Order: sequence, then C-alpha cells, then structure tokens
Amino acid sequence: MRMNRLAAAALAAALVTGCASGAQDSAAPADTAAPAGNVKLTFWNWVPGMDKVVAVWNKANPAIQVVSSTQAGGDDAATKFLTAAKAGNPPDLMQAEYQALPSFVAADAVADIKAAAEPVRREFGEGVWGLVTLGTDGVYAVPQDSGPMMFYYRADLFEKYGIEVPKTWQEYAEAARTVREKDPKVFLGTFSSKDPGSFAGLAQQAGAQWWSISGEAWKVAVNDEPTRRMAEFWGGLVKEGVVDTMPYFTPEWNKALNDGKLLTWPSAVWAPGPLASNAPKAKGKWAVAPLPQWNAGENHTGFWGGSAVAVAAASKHKEAAAKFATWLNTDPEALTLLVKEGAIYPAATKGTALLTEPPAYFSNVPGFYEQAAAHTAGARGFTYGPNVNVAYNAFRDAFDKAAADKSSFVDALVKVHDATVADMTKSGFQLAR
Amino acid sequence: MATSTLASASRRRAAAPARRPLGLVPTGVLLLGAIYCLFPVSWVVVAATKTPGELFSTGTFALGTGLFDNLADLAAYRDGVFGLWMLNTLLYAGGGALLSTAVSAVSGYTLAKYRFAGRDLIFNLLIGGILVPAVVLAIPQYLLFSKIGLADTYWSVLLPQILHPYSIYLARVYATAAIPDSLLEAARIDGASHLTVLRRVALPLMAPGMVTIFLFQFVAIWNNFLLPFIMLGDDTKFPLTVGLFTMLNAGANNPSLYNLILAGTFVALIPLVALFLTMQRFWRTDLSSGAVKA
Repeated sequence: MRMNRLAAAALAAALVTGCASGAQDSAAPADTAAPAGNVKLTFWNWVPGMDKVVAVWNKANPAIQVVSSTQAGGDDAATKFLTAAKAGNPPDLMQAEYQALPSFVAADAVADIKAAAEPVRREFGEGVWGLVTLGTDGVYAVPQDSGPMMFYYRADLFEKYGIEVPKTWQEYAEAARTVREKDPKVFLGTFSSKDPGSFAGLAQQAGAQWWSISGEAWKVAVNDEPTRRMAEFWGGLVKEGVVDTMPYFTPEWNKALNDGKLLTWPSAVWAPGPLASNAPKAKGKWAVAPLPQWNAGENHTGFWGGSAVAVAAASKHKEAAAKFATWLNTDPEALTLLVKEGAIYPAATKGTALLTEPPAYFSNVPGFYEQAAAHTAGARGFTYGPNVNVAYNAFRDAFDKAAADKSSFVDALVKVHDATVADMTKSGFQLAR
Repeated sequence: MATSTLASASRRRAAAPARRPLGLVPTGVLLLGAIYCLFPVSWVVVAATKTPGELFSTGTFALGTGLFDNLADLAAYRDGVFGLWMLNTLLYAGGGALLSTAVSAVSGYTLAKYRFAGRDLIFNLLIGGILVPAVVLAIPQYLLFSKIGLADTYWSVLLPQILHPYSIYLARVYATAAIPDSLLEAARIDGASHLTVLRRVALPLMAPGMVTIFLFQFVAIWNNFLLPFIMLGDDTKFPLTVGLFTMLNAGANNPSLYNLILAGTFVALIPLVALFLTMQRFWRTDLSSGAVKA
C-alpha cells in the first residue's frame, strides 16, 4: 500500500512536469539489446479471435513471437494485471480500458512507449489520443477500439406509438411521457444504476470534465455543472416514473428488449453485439440516430467503453512489445482481422473506412458506420483520473439507492464526488481546491 | 409392580401414535433441503437446452430445443478450448485430491497413533489452519509463487491445495477410531517396520475415510475459482471455473455467450455427478463402519 501511495504521488508530479518518460526508458535499451533471436511476448486481452490476428504477426515476425491469452474483461482484468505487476510477473502486453489506464500509470505498471507510438500519432483522432497520453508528454498505450455513443430505438414501435425520434433531451422526456400514456406496460428507456460507464458517456456528452490537471495538482469535479444537469434530468424522469430503473445486461432487461417493452437504448457503437445475442427476435427492427442533445442544433456525443494496448513496465522486451502494439492497431491487415474476428470498432481513423457493411443485426440501416463516424467527430475530450474504479463503485452504491428510493440524483452525485476526492486524498494525490 | 408395568406400557402405546407425525417432520425437512439444493441444478439443466432466442423469452422451466446446437457450438468455441479446460480441471481436481488424500492420510495416521515431541502443537496449529479461509491466502500465495517463479504453472494451482488442514483433522479422527492400537502392536511384534504397518495395516483400515477426503477435496478443487484465477495468466492452463468466467465477462461490446456458458456449466456438472454415483458405495461403507466403531 505504501508503495502504491508513493507511486500515486509520483504520477501526480510526473504528470505536471511531463517527465514521466525519463527513468524507465533509460533502462529499456539495455534490456532490449539482448539478441533479437527468440523474443516471446505474452498478451492478455479479451478480444474474440485475437489468436488469429496474432498468428498473422507471428508468421511475419519469426523473431518476435506473441502468445495471446484470453482473460475475463473489464475491471477483473485490470485488477489481475495490477496484482501481477506488483508480483513482478505481468504479461508483456495488456489490453487496458481507457478508464483503467490512469490507474496502471499511477501504479507504475505500464511503460511509456512514446518512441514507438509517436510515429503513428496521426492515425488517431485527438480525443482518442488524449486518452492514452493522459494529457502528458508520455504515451502509455496504443488505442485499439472506441465506443462513440448513439441513440438506438425500435423504429417499428416508434411508428406504432406515433413518436418522433427525440432531437433533444427535452423531447426525450416528452416522448417518455407519451409512451407511458399510450401503453402503461412499456417504457421509452431505463436508467441503469449498474453501468457507470454509460453514465460517464452521457456526462461527457453534456460537457463534463470529471478529472483534470490544474497547475501542480489534480482537479476533481464529478459533480460539475453539466453532470449535475444530466443527473437532475434522469432523477426527475425516474421520480416521475416515466423511465424504468432496471439495469442493463440483466435477464429482465433482455426480456424487455425481446418483448418490445423497452423502446430505446442510448448506447455505444458496439451495441449491435449485445442486442443481437440478447434480443435476437427484434433483428431488423432497430434503427439508430444521434444522441438527443442538450441544446437543439448541437452535435455532441460521449464515449462508452473502448480500450488500448499497453506495454508492461516490467516487460523484458518493451521495444518489441511496443512494435507489436502499434502494428496491431494501425496495420491495415491487422485492423481488417480485428474488425472481422473481434467485431471491434477500431480507434484508428483508417480503420473505420474498413467498415463498409453494417452489422448483420442492423442490415436495415445501410449507413450504420458512416453515422458512427459522423458522431465520433462530435465527441468531447475527456480525461480519466487515477481512481476511476473507486468513482464507479461509489456510483453504483449511491445511484442504486437513489434509483430505488426515487430520491435526489444530485445528492447521489455529490456522494460519488466526495468518495472520489476522499480516496485520492488518502492515496496521496495532490488536489487543487 | 404389575400396575406400573402396565401403566408404562399403556403410556408407551399412547406415545406411539404421537410420535408418528413427528417421524414425518425430518423427512419433510430433508425433502425441502433436497429441493433447495436441486432447484438451481435443475434450472441449469433446463436452461442449457435453450437457444439464445428462447433463453429470455420462454418459461423458466420450459425445455428448449437447442441442447445439441449449444453443445456443438461449445465444442467449436475457440477451436475446442473448452475440452482443454475440462482436462485441466480433471488434472487439478483429480491430481490435487489424490495428493491431498495421501498427505492427509499419512499425517492423520501419524498424529493419531504416534507420540512425539510437538505433536499437540502441530495438531493445534492445524486446527487453527482450519479457521483460516483459503480465500485469504490466495494473494499471499500468489506473491510467494511469483517470487520462486512458479506462478502461472500447473504447480501453482496444485501445490497450495495439497495441504488441507481439515482433511488432516478428518484423517486423524478417522484413524483414531478405525485402527485399534492392539492391531498395530501385533504387527510390530511380528516384526513389521513402520512403513509396512502403515501400508499393510493402517491404510487399508482407513480406506473409507480416505474416500471421503478424496471426494471432499475433489469437489473443493473442482469448484475453486479464486486461486486459479489469480495464479494463472495463460488461458490454456485455465480450469473450467476460470474459463467459463472469461466467457461470461467477455466485455460488454461482444455478443454474450449465455447459451454456451450454460451448456458448459451443464457439462461441468456431469463428472461430479458421475463421481458421486460411482463412489457412493464407499460412502455407505464409510458410514456403517464409522457407526460400528463408535
């Protein structure tokens, strides 16, 4: 724990002075100077079909062999990686969700791979690149996929109930009321207190900046004005009873989607995957639109999900690993396979051009990926802090309760903010007042 | 005298009908317990037969039509990695339980039948070890195994499960009851060495107890999740529990694999059920011999 705190404090300092690259990289050349003969890299990830992509690399690079190992995704993988890094035997390469990357950097678990990654910088959009630099001079991972948010709705049932696709959140609230009047068994949408990632995405759309670096210290503003406005909006709808409160990805949610009892899902570009497996009966009935906006005429969105490939600080072959990470996420052949086998939405801008066919579930929406690309352009920048997991857990606790009691969402948000600040203070980060 | 016998006899007769309804109560409680235990299992069996479309739309206990499709998809999933996980689990559970049983039997026998300095101290430490949940030890064990370079190997999952304090305790209790001292003395008088006594006299007598320990350990290792989850990074060394978990948590952006996971859970149940059915007669011996000795 003490080591962790020191590392945390060191990160805050490094972020400010922008010299994070110094100490670690000086050791790297000595390690990688070893004969390039038999370099074997291990790669933890949870992309389906990654072994097929890796096989292509292994064939072309006999000197650098990569072994892909499928792990449980998300928070569990992040925790496991941090434990392995602490024990001194992490994998050489690690898939890192954008919100987990800062905690890896804070724990000194990932290496700065600027030397290898800088040349491919132009392959990525500014917003995505910011997620792997964390606003510093270093580069801590190569972006792999991203999740721009869009508005999914049941086109057939919208017609049946005579609802227009909402262009603003105000129209969304009106539509939610209309649906309840037309059929009390049906909801327009649901607020999920179990999915902080979705909440964070909607907050980004509203213009939130939960973490930022101000002068010498971190600034935390989970309860900033845009987030408060958004929380108040959803809290109001929940209290009024015009949106449901069942969480996403639960059996009851699957059932509601299948039975047409739930008409919309503000989700990310990867939504066709879960929809296809959870609501197979509704295939071809869904359509997609931009997220409703806070002010008419705007075109903003946020990100939900997405990940990058990082190189472990303890890896003996950092240079080789960084080379693979950049190849994996920028090479056309690798991207084509990732799209085909892994169904990812590539972060590299030229990767989106590979997506010409709409996903099978959305065969009725020919321009699916063109729409997605257009929305990505409207994504607002966002910096994740070093303790996103704490904030997310606090979100689940506070909003579970608020959604169940139909109490104030703004109060719940304040609780999330306080818990996040308290944890950062305890971990030794310097905070701006 | 005669009247009192009569009175007690009539009392006994009066008590007998009253006892009969009470006799049904334990049966009822046990039936409830059986339903409680079997309900989730039967759900898994039913759910494994459903196609992804049927899973969330048909009745909970309505049989589906997709069992064989699910099994075929499961076998094809990532070029048959499920079969590999199954073999791994058999190795961990079978090998681990065998080694653990051997260690427990020898230690239990020694603690029960030999007097040596520190015997009670060792035994008390073992009793204390029963109170420490294995979950608490997983992370320290991982750090230790990392230090000696054994993390992410088959041994990292096998070794920590070989020494099991509760099994040693069971073996000691069983050895105390099942092996008469006089028999050991007779063997020694006949000139048998310690090892011969152990092999020819003690272990045969302890066999039913060892079956119990083996079954306990087999089930415990078969179901163990946290230790292999922490120890193993290479997905070709995963046991079923960790493998199924990676399928369940494949990330929100991927199609969920519920039907494969349920089919996998169903398949994972079969060896346990088979093991219990075949080992049942040993359990019966175990129970009856225990009753005789007591």
